[in-house]
Amino acid sequence: MKVLVAVKRVTDYNVKIRVKPDHSDVDLTNVKMAMNPFCEIAVEEAVRLKERGVVTEIVAVTIGPKAAQEQLRTALALGADRAIHVQTDERVESLGAAKALAKLVEEEQPALVILGKQAIDTDNNQTGQMLAALTGLPQGTFASEVAVDGDKVAVTREVDGGLQTVELTLPAIVTTDLRLNEPRYAKLPDIMKAKKKPLDVKTPEDLGIEVASKVKLLKVEPPAERQGGVKVGSVDELIDKLKNEAKVL
Amino acid sequence: MSILVLAEHHDGALAGATAHVVAAAKAIGGDIHVLVAGENVGAIAEAAAKLDGVAKVLVADNAAYAHQLAEPTAALIAELAGDYGHLLAAASTNGKNVLPRVAALKDVAQISEIIAVESPDTFKRPIYAGNAIATVQSEDALKVITVRSTGFDAVGEGGAAAIEAVDFVADNAQSTFVKEELAKSDRPELGAAKVVVSGGRGMGNGENFKLLDGIADKLGAAIGASRAAVDAGFVPNDMQVGQTGKIVAPELYIAVGISGAIQHLAGMKDSKVIVAINKDEEAPIFQVADYGLVADLFEALPELESKL
Ligand SMILES: Cc1cc2nc3c(=O)[nH]c(=O)nc-3n(C[C@H](O)[C@H](O)[C@H](O)COP(=O)(O)OP(=O)(O)OC[C@H]3O[C@@H](n4cnc5c(N)ncnc54)[C@H](O)[C@@H]3O)c2cc1C
Ligand SMILES: Nc1ncnc2c1ncn2[C@@H]1O[C@H](COP(=O)(O)O)[C@@H](O)[C@H]1O
Repeated sequence: MKVLVAVKRVTDYNVKIRVKPDHSDVDLTNVKMAMNPFCEIAVEEAVRLKERGVVTEIVAVTIGPKAAQEQLRTALALGADRAIHVQTDERVESLGAAKALAKLVEEEQPALVILGKQAIDTDNNQTGQMLAALTGLPQGTFASEVAVDGDKVAVTREVDGGLQTVELTLPAIVTTDLRLNEPRYAKLPDIMKAKKKPLDVKTPEDLGIEVASKVKLLKVEPPAERQGGVKVGSVDELIDKLKNEAKVL
Repeated sequence: MSILVLAEHHDGALAGATAHVVAAAKAIGGDIHVLVAGENVGAIAEAAAKLDGVAKVLVADNAAYAHQLAEPTAALIAELAGDYGHLLAAASTNGKNVLPRVAALKDVAQISEIIAVESPDTFKRPIYAGNAIATVQSEDALKVITVRSTGFDAVGEGGAAAIEAVDFVADNAQSTFVKEELAKSDRPELGAAKVVVSGGRGMGNGENFKLLDGIADKLGAAIGASRAAVDAGFVPNDMQVGQTGKIVAPELYIAVGISGAIQHLAGMKDSKVIVAINKDEEAPIFQVADYGLVADLFEALPELESKL
């Protein structure tokens, strides 16, 4: 079976982002970019399914600017067989991404689509669920375990109360949570080989869709800064401060 | 225009988060209806009807909505959506699972995890792990929104809304519920607790989390954890506080053996008072802590428990 994996180019998770002085947006000049960590988990899961013989082909997809091809190359180095880049310079949010992915699902007919649960830039947590709606497919979100069995997939989901397992009829949409797997690193020879793997470029117009977000970004401000407090010398002092100064005990 | 709020409920009881979402609905303004979807949810509907500001409670009580699977629940809400200008749900795993599916069925965007309402179409929400706050305006006729509970004070009780049954039954041949392994705890819910004590990788193992129990007992606290503690298998996933876990803002947050990565801070930095106990005086958690104790937790915790 074929798997489609959606990977997004985002700021590296170690970067503490700052807003522009004019409050128009965050400042991304010279900020390190990377594959969204939840997408790394998605790619890893697809690769493991292929290693187990469940999956025969992995197609990595991104929607974004030219530079996002770097993340597709990473996915190819990690084990994806080919890649599709839907190239656009628009500000794409989850609905636009889901629309592009829905078109590609129609073209590629994968049995499974794996996405991250959340992009760590917008923190939206929407695309997989939206893709499921647009394609009319069932969804297993926030997965910590994915077990394919014939034409079904059992997905164990990380929910607020603990874990929930659902069974979906394939084709299905899965989004990854942190405990699904521990992604591997790309090896140098694989990075070299990835340069030769096929990477198709399309535009939203080719797919007959619009991807620009209808949600206007009016302004972006820094959050209220917390004042660092004091160091206390002992447990006794801590209890005293909490009782008499903070009055929370 | 009216506002439809999806009720959050677990184990046969209305969850506290619903009262926060109704508060956000009040800030938007308009007639507020609450939808209770599930199986055997009569008592939940009655509880929702008492929430201050709620004009009507719609009850879809049917086996089709048991376990609130996304496919039938989203179909139900999309069916009802035509009468509303706003659809709201808690930014819980349930709300996050269902609402984007509804938004796409209606071909509109979703605005996730709002923390403030500027006007009926303009909202504030954190992005980049809370390191920036975006003000966004929706141009869609139907606004689909999840609400971060910590941004809105819960409404009280005192309402007496009419309760109305919804007959629509969504059919679902695509997904089935298999099982649930839910954490059982006598402690308050993480999101609702006035005091939260969280442990990180510094706890060393799951057994050592017992060191937090006595303190939590004395303070009536919920127990949380960092991602590292969950990944290492010390404690279950439902205890993770942070950007991609639960967001908490208690009166008092005590971080023990937690370094203070931005992803963890994103989930707790709106707490009123923050205490950090860490043996590394350079740990970034001290930059946000009101009271920092540089100490070995294995010495500090027993002492703290005995002196509280
Ligand atoms: C996509 C993504 C999402 C993430 N989401 C989250 C999230 O939601 N929540 C979250 O918490 N993290 C999240 N993280 C992980 C985050 O980046 C950090 O790795 C994590 O928070 C570290 O956990 P920690 O502080 O327990 O561990 P560490 O960073 O290892 O810190 C352990 C601390 O314990 C202290 N310590 C050790 N022994 C003792 C002792 N005996 N006494 C006192 N102190 C001691 C050490 O000095 C150290 O400061 C996410 C990361 C990614 C990439
Ligand atoms: N522009 C994009 N290109 C490719 N995949 C995306 C894009 N946006 C979102 N996704 C996928 O959807 C997941 C969740 O993103 P979001 O719902 O936007 O927070 C990501 O981890 C990706 O797998």
